[in-house]
Amino acid sequence: MSDLTSNDRKIYRNIGIADLGHYRLPLAGIVSILHRISGLGMFLFLPFLLYLFKKSLTSEVSFKVFQSFTSHWYVKVILLGLIWAFLHHLFAGVRHLFMDAHHLLEKESGRHSAAAALCLPIVIALIAGAKLFGAF
Amino acid sequence: MSTSSNIGAKRLVVGAHYGLADWLAQRFTAVVMACYSVVLLGVFFWMHDFTYDGWAGLFAMQWLKVSTFVVLLSLFYHVWVGMRDIWMDYVKPASLRMVFQSVTIVWLLGCAGYALQILWSV
Repeated sequence: MSDLTSNDRKIYRNIGIADLGHYRLPLAGIVSILHRISGLGMFLFLPFLLYLFKKSLTSEVSFKVFQSFTSHWYVKVILLGLIWAFLHHLFAGVRHLFMDAHHLLEKESGRHSAAAALCLPIVIALIAGAKLFGAF
Repeated sequence: MSTSSNIGAKRLVVGAHYGLADWLAQRFTAVVMACYSVVLLGVFFWMHDFTYDGWAGLFAMQWLKVSTFVVLLSLFYHVWVGMRDIWMDYVKPASLRMVFQSVTIVWLLGCAGYALQILWSV
């Protein structure tokens, strides 16, 4: 009878920190780890976003505070990062849902959808960034 | 040795809801948030009033206020499942993991209270 805690089972470790430098991740792997990183980032900045949301809503005066606060370049950089994080998380998430429904599972289609989930958010974020920094 | 063959190390880890409910809830809340994002962007650009009055006017509408709150609750649940996954994958000592998970819960409950206060002050 198989025992869940028997000691003679071979242990397969995940890659460690030291392997990260020379471990070549496939495109889908990059999308996957960025999905995690973007999620973690948005989690950490949640109170910051709620604070901005509060300032933008509470009153005419706080709206002015919101506007002057978000006009600093470093706040814009943070916001642009969060815009990218949201877009990447959204696109990678939609790709996930398709795969849950057994689409895009072949090597080629998986690679193409990974490329799309990686590139489209960057392109849209660049356009949003151009708007944010007043290019148009 | 216990008389039962289904407890402790001998437990059969099959057939029950081992993470299925959370997995499904994570997907469901994701769809809710994605739909809301599209609707909010649509309403925002359709109203075409990018002043304070236009912005606050949006969230003064009861339906948007309530749906925003529902979406935020979905967000917090979604974040809980995701963050718990991250802690389970990368934080191996059980005691440290419990600290991270506890802080995550407190953090999210705090955010939920803050969101409630913000939405109903408009």
